[in-house]
Amino acid sequence: MENNEFIKQRYHITRRHFLGKMSLGIGSVALGSLLVPDLFKSGGDEASLLAGLPHFAPKAKRVIYLFQNGAPSQLESFDYKPLLNKMAGQDLPASVRMGQRLTGMTAGQTKFPLVGSNFSFKQYGQSGAWVSELFPNMAKIVDDVCFIKTMNTEAINHDPALTFMQSGAQQGNRPSMGAWLSYGLGSENKNLPAFCVLLSRGRGNGQGVYSKLWSNGFLDSIHQGVQFSSSEERVLYLKDPNGRDREGTRKMLDKLAQLNDMNYQEFGDPEIQARVQQYEMAYRMQTAVPELSDLSQEPDHIIKMYGADCLVPGTYASNCLLARKLSESGVRFVQLYHQGWDQHGNLVGEMPLQAQDVDRSTSALVMDLKQRGLLDETLVIWGGEFGRTNYCQGDLSKDNYGRDHHPRCYTIWMAGGGVKPGLVYGETDEFGYNIVRDPVHVNDFHATVLHLMGLNHEQLTFKHLGRRYRLTDVAGKVVNGILA
Amino acid sequence: MTLLIPAMLNLSCSEKRTTAHVSDSVDYNLHIRPILSDRCFKCHGPDANQRKAHLRLDTPEGAMAALKDNPSAHAILPGDPAKSEVYLRLVTTDTAEVMPPVKSNLKINEHEIALIKKWIEQGAKYKPHWAFIPPKSTPPPDVENTAWGHNEIDQFILAKLEANGLEPNEEADKERLLKRVSFDLTGLPPSLALQDKFMADASPDAYAHVVDELLAQPQYGEKMATYWMDVARYADSHGYQDDGLRTMWPWRDWVIHAFNANYPYDRFITWQLAGDLLPNPTKEQLLATGFNRNHKITQEGGVIDEEYRVEYVTDRTNTFGKAFLALTFECAKCHDHKYDPILQQDYYSTFSFFNQVPEKGLVGDITLASLADPPNMKISTADVEKILTFINKKDTAAVPVMIMKDAPAKRPTYILKRGVYDAHGDRVSVGLPKAIMPFDSTVYGNNRLGLARWLTDKKNPLTARVFVNRMWQEFFGRGLVKTAGDFGMQGEMPSHPELLDWLALDFVNNGWDVKRLLKQFVTSAAYRQSSVVSPKKLATDPENILLSHSTRARMSAENVRDMALASSGLLTKDIGGPSIKPYQPKGIWESSTSGRGVLARYVQDHGDKLYRRGLYCFIKRTVPPPSMLVFDGSNRDQCEVKRLRTNTPLQALVLMNDPVVLESARVFAEKLLQEKSTVEQKTVTAFRAIVARNPKAEELKILMTYFDDEKKVFEASPEKAKQYINAGEYPFANITDVASLAALMQVVHTIYNMEESITKV
Repeated sequence: MENNEFIKQRYHITRRHFLGKMSLGIGSVALGSLLVPDLFKSGGDEASLLAGLPHFAPKAKRVIYLFQNGAPSQLESFDYKPLLNKMAGQDLPASVRMGQRLTGMTAGQTKFPLVGSNFSFKQYGQSGAWVSELFPNMAKIVDDVCFIKTMNTEAINHDPALTFMQSGAQQGNRPSMGAWLSYGLGSENKNLPAFCVLLSRGRGNGQGVYSKLWSNGFLDSIHQGVQFSSSEERVLYLKDPNGRDREGTRKMLDKLAQLNDMNYQEFGDPEIQARVQQYEMAYRMQTAVPELSDLSQEPDHIIKMYGADCLVPGTYASNCLLARKLSESGVRFVQLYHQGWDQHGNLVGEMPLQAQDVDRSTSALVMDLKQRGLLDETLVIWGGEFGRTNYCQGDLSKDNYGRDHHPRCYTIWMAGGGVKPGLVYGETDEFGYNIVRDPVHVNDFHATVLHLMGLNHEQLTFKHLGRRYRLTDVAGKVVNGILA
Repeated sequence: MTLLIPAMLNLSCSEKRTTAHVSDSVDYNLHIRPILSDRCFKCHGPDANQRKAHLRLDTPEGAMAALKDNPSAHAILPGDPAKSEVYLRLVTTDTAEVMPPVKSNLKINEHEIALIKKWIEQGAKYKPHWAFIPPKSTPPPDVENTAWGHNEIDQFILAKLEANGLEPNEEADKERLLKRVSFDLTGLPPSLALQDKFMADASPDAYAHVVDELLAQPQYGEKMATYWMDVARYADSHGYQDDGLRTMWPWRDWVIHAFNANYPYDRFITWQLAGDLLPNPTKEQLLATGFNRNHKITQEGGVIDEEYRVEYVTDRTNTFGKAFLALTFECAKCHDHKYDPILQQDYYSTFSFFNQVPEKGLVGDITLASLADPPNMKISTADVEKILTFINKKDTAAVPVMIMKDAPAKRPTYILKRGVYDAHGDRVSVGLPKAIMPFDSTVYGNNRLGLARWLTDKKNPLTARVFVNRMWQEFFGRGLVKTAGDFGMQGEMPSHPELLDWLALDFVNNGWDVKRLLKQFVTSAAYRQSSVVSPKKLATDPENILLSHSTRARMSAENVRDMALASSGLLTKDIGGPSIKPYQPKGIWESSTSGRGVLARYVQDHGDKLYRRGLYCFIKRTVPPPSMLVFDGSNRDQCEVKRLRTNTPLQALVLMNDPVVLESARVFAEKLLQEKSTVEQKTVTAFRAIVARNPKAEELKILMTYFDDEKKVFEASPEKAKQYINAGEYPFANITDVASLAALMQVVHTIYNMEESITKV
């Protein structure tokens, strides 16, 4: 085909779609590359369009974000605070609390009895990172991991905090991280969406997730996260209807292309041809997705690594394995959500179950990427939306307790993708309540992830209703201390 | 006005353009403000707190005053660019001096610099922002081709086309025109009977008759309400993470009623904003105020009550700004607006109108879930029989609906510093941004009713323009002001300012009559053009700003569904009532719910409810219907005035595999097979019902060959045929020739998937 002509025409469609919505910049090109992923591979006319490449050389090409929904306690996982065990039952000193606001759930408490971890901690690896006994497998990968102990947020309730972590704003209909990256960088795979979402449910107190979290916001809906389900039909509406096989669908598409082409001849509207292209991509997805999500062909040693649960669709372990496969196939952003981390009470009962569900497969994912040589170019993130209080919510009994929401500090970790391995970044006070050194705000976290992907967070903008929006809103600094 | 065109056509790519002719006469509103606003006002604009070097460029006083740092110099010295610091800073090569600063990532290109230079040379005349000046009455311009056109709209459109050397298209063929107007006015394809009637009617007013007929159908109200649901962020659940059930659907029924009864727009919005404050308000007027309770409400245990109460008032304030004034009020919540003359104080003065509701941030968590948090009212069967006759309530139980109310004691309103709910600053009283139109509470009244009176005052420069523009957007595919949600400094200039003003004034002077306005639209020659795009037109005006042809546009998410159901005859014609739960892939609600509340599980409806219009599909905010989102439906998180129109592979998957489309194909094929007709006739009927025109010979040939091929395939594998026709719950017809049924169903399904089928042509 006359390549130049083809490119011009595609360029034209993109222009028609997006003129006025933005100056011809990063997004329109990335989008073009998604509509026709091969377009920008060869030389020629497109040289002028290459503004859509990253702003500078990226460290990571892809992200796998293992979101721990509900907010796992940092004090029973990675932020070891023996003082809390010593002072157990004593009231949180006002000098430490410093007027921090409380949620409606503990605002009525007259006492804030400190409580230490019920689970023991040890140091691991060369880095000597502290890990609790609940995460024995994650303990084995600490030298590949960078712990950030000083994450902090402004939100104190789940919905706004989760929305903030995912979209950079507590309220409003902003694009989520994955949508921003899809917009900024486009897709690496012409048969798969750039942004995929996998959900799983734990055994602890659950908080919901909502499709707004993987919304395209004001960006084009091609950047919407595509939710994978645990059912036989992995992507909604993917399956051919019963009684119509692949060949039947192929034939239908050929007929459609003929009919649509006649219309194009009459009207000359490039949208008609764009739709024909979308049907072709849909058809390719119909083959690619089931092939990819068939985990039964994975060798035994891989199944062993992730744990037997990984063969049960919809489990966290299964989603971790699927995440690897999607990422390996070039999906730009794989977003997992695992529910059940909201331990207001019965932390002692619930947290071990939650940890058990995620510990093995999480560490397997990191090791698996590493053994495939993919960890360097894949950024893995593990963590929740805020931390938990160092004091007990409700009555502190001898053998059980709960913890309320705590926005001032929490721990997440990252691995691979240009992050310094074997690092513990930032420090909280002995009470695990305030940050002593190197705070990392949610905006900073976003700026850093974009940086690792080769994007300047101040330049990745989209003009909507007169304002240039960013994932980092009006703030955010790249955390240089964690860059490899 | 001819000078407008070249500049306007290039507005959207102004950043890219570097070499273009600079107009002889540079206009502040047209050429200069868009540059200054976009690239300078953020630091040198209305926001005093962020202003750099004490310099503001949005007012002539600010721009021409002696510079604070260097009193002998001026940012702008009219007539003398070489002595104007603004110009010097643009052309300097010193990266420490250049504006905009390197760090801002903003640039002003050579063409724009040349414009600014010329503007300063010509005296740097500022003009007030067009949208804040009341509409001016301009008679329709003279045109060369006096033979073209049906009403005033056409003169405005044609004058501009002629100035740009373009000709309008000829009128669309009758079939396509009928489809267009039918979808625009009712959201449904024209029935075969209507097609036959219209095609047979050769009288000159055949089209006008059809328009009247469509405007009189109750489906008109449904179509108009569909748009208003986005504006009003209507949903069937409360939102936020537990996302419990709410019953606001009677309010939705009222909106349909209001459009069908053709309530004047000023009444329509007054009742929604302040129906409760009218003297002796009726239940209908109270119900209308549900508009301001459609926002999300949290049920997350443990939230701070005041934080969320403030959030709701914020939502109402932002919605008011966007829905009625097309201004981004929300930008002034934390600081003075960066671009528009809306001070933070103005924001909270407006906020004060909506801050009087006796409500709580959290009434109860999901375990105490309420369908309608107070203030609310109950709608009984007696109400429906006597007053609220438009409500489709079949259940005998009373339905609670949230409404507006002002508490007897005024709640003080404060500026909230940085927008934080408990960081009280100065106390403010009710008010509105002066720059739009001064608000005198002794004239209008100091509550929401006063606000509504100010809004519907004939002198308000925005209200009518904003609404007329939105409707234009829905009918012509692009607003006269493209940024339908932003008439401020950062919004785009109107493409046809005189037409916009003419329409706005005409609308108000004729009693805010919505049906009359729409009739003007659809009977214009501009609307009736064919949508064929010549390469020349595509090259000179790819966005079709000048309307040299009709714009093809993919249908809304709701109408894609409606089209499938209506053409197959499955559609339930009931108006209003509780929202329905159609087929939906399994596990979508279940996999994301917190597990609490009655909406934790999706319980699909059956029978007639499965075949209701897209407008009635249940919207659970955290998990809106996936097929709707794929077609750019709103998630109803906040007020939206314009949907995206995208073209994605997921849309192809929905049309190929959604049970509602397959079921429509099956039921339609059954119906056709039961008719005594040839395969050719059956195919033609299906094509006409779906695409709303007769197929061309070649199209028919493709489809009939396809039928023969598929029939053979299904005859060879009867099991497959049986599986394929097993689509949907609608009772099966007794058809023994399963291979023919499957093949015909496949043909119908293919027609559903044609690009033209989901396109307003």
